[in-house]
Amino acid sequence: MAGTIWELFLGFFRVGCFAFGGAYGAIPLIRDMVLSHGWMDDEALACMIAVSESTPGPIMVNLATYVGSIQAGVCGAAVATVAVVLPSFVLILLITAVMRTVIQNPWVKAVLEAVKPCMAGIILATGGYMTIKGCVLGGGMGRFPMDVRAVVIVVVLWGVLAAGRKKKRVSPVMVMVLAAGMGVLLYGW
Amino acid sequence: MEVGKAGRILRIWELFFTFMKIGVFTFGGGYAMLPVMEDACVAKKQWISHEEMMDITVIAEATPGPIAINCATFVGYRQAGILGAAAATVGVILPSFCIIFAVSLFLDRFIGIRWIANAFRGIRIGVGLLIADAAVRMMRKMPGTAVSRLIMAVSFGVMLLANVCSRRVSAVVIMAGAGVFGLAASGVRRER
Repeated sequence: MAGTIWELFLGFFRVGCFAFGGAYGAIPLIRDMVLSHGWMDDEALACMIAVSESTPGPIMVNLATYVGSIQAGVCGAAVATVAVVLPSFVLILLITAVMRTVIQNPWVKAVLEAVKPCMAGIILATGGYMTIKGCVLGGGMGRFPMDVRAVVIVVVLWGVLAAGRKKKRVSPVMVMVLAAGMGVLLYGW
Repeated sequence: MEVGKAGRILRIWELFFTFMKIGVFTFGGGYAMLPVMEDACVAKKQWISHEEMMDITVIAEATPGPIAINCATFVGYRQAGILGAAAATVGVILPSFCIIFAVSLFLDRFIGIRWIANAFRGIRIGVGLLIADAAVRMMRKMPGTAVSRLIMAVSFGVMLLANVCSRRVSAVVIMAGAGVFGLAASGVRRER
């Protein structure tokens, strides 16, 4: 138990250190960690991301609370949550208190400007892979038959999201309600 | 400004409760939280100015972690030092902590119900697409320089290939590579 809690702390502290790229930036990092520890599979992770989107609070913090709780109860939840928040808490204190100019440093800027497109690529790969995996029946990648019903869901939702990019943004909760509705409709009550 | 000890404690409680309220009503996190934060901290409480709010957005972009946390820490520190920062940050997290903890106790049984499991088969795909959509949005906002396009394409390729081949390649390693490459590229630019 103590070992698990220590692993939770280390893992989520690391996630907190590298979660650049906004609300979704932490997902590839957390996925990495929970899969390698065997704490969650892709299916459970997707479920939990959906739950995090439909409850208040940042996704990264919600995922930390959940993983901590299922692995080691209240204690685990508290430790994982504190660990994931700690790096940004300390960094913001440092920046506001002493190093106001550090983010204007040209070298720091050069690194940050490179990390942003990198995160975009990593997030796209993660989202794309999770989507494709949901479309394949059973077995691994590249195996057929594809799940036709899942492909229908992909086409419809991507159409909705693409339309949202041109006009007003479709809220994530709306997308998930739509996805859930189609799931029940296509896979049965 | 002279604030007595009692005044300071009061201020810290006020920070805690205000950010707890913000924590209850902000769904989805991320930039959805910004208008709510601005309304509470700039318009109502006048804890920080509009310019400082813009400042914190820039700092949040440059640091890891959710913008809600960054903002809470910043405002709390400005108002009441480190204790204020801690109170505001704990306040903004506490509501979602309680909700998610409650969810974690019964989610397993909940997913066991057939029609809910089927709903989640759809949701799974929706989540993948939402993540991909977030990436597409990020790309649109990025400057379309050759260097940033190259970094993006390579990171995408490596990450996808690693996933498809079921190899563990840590995202942190890819990010470190991109950081080094960015430094080198800016060094070359300055040499010229």
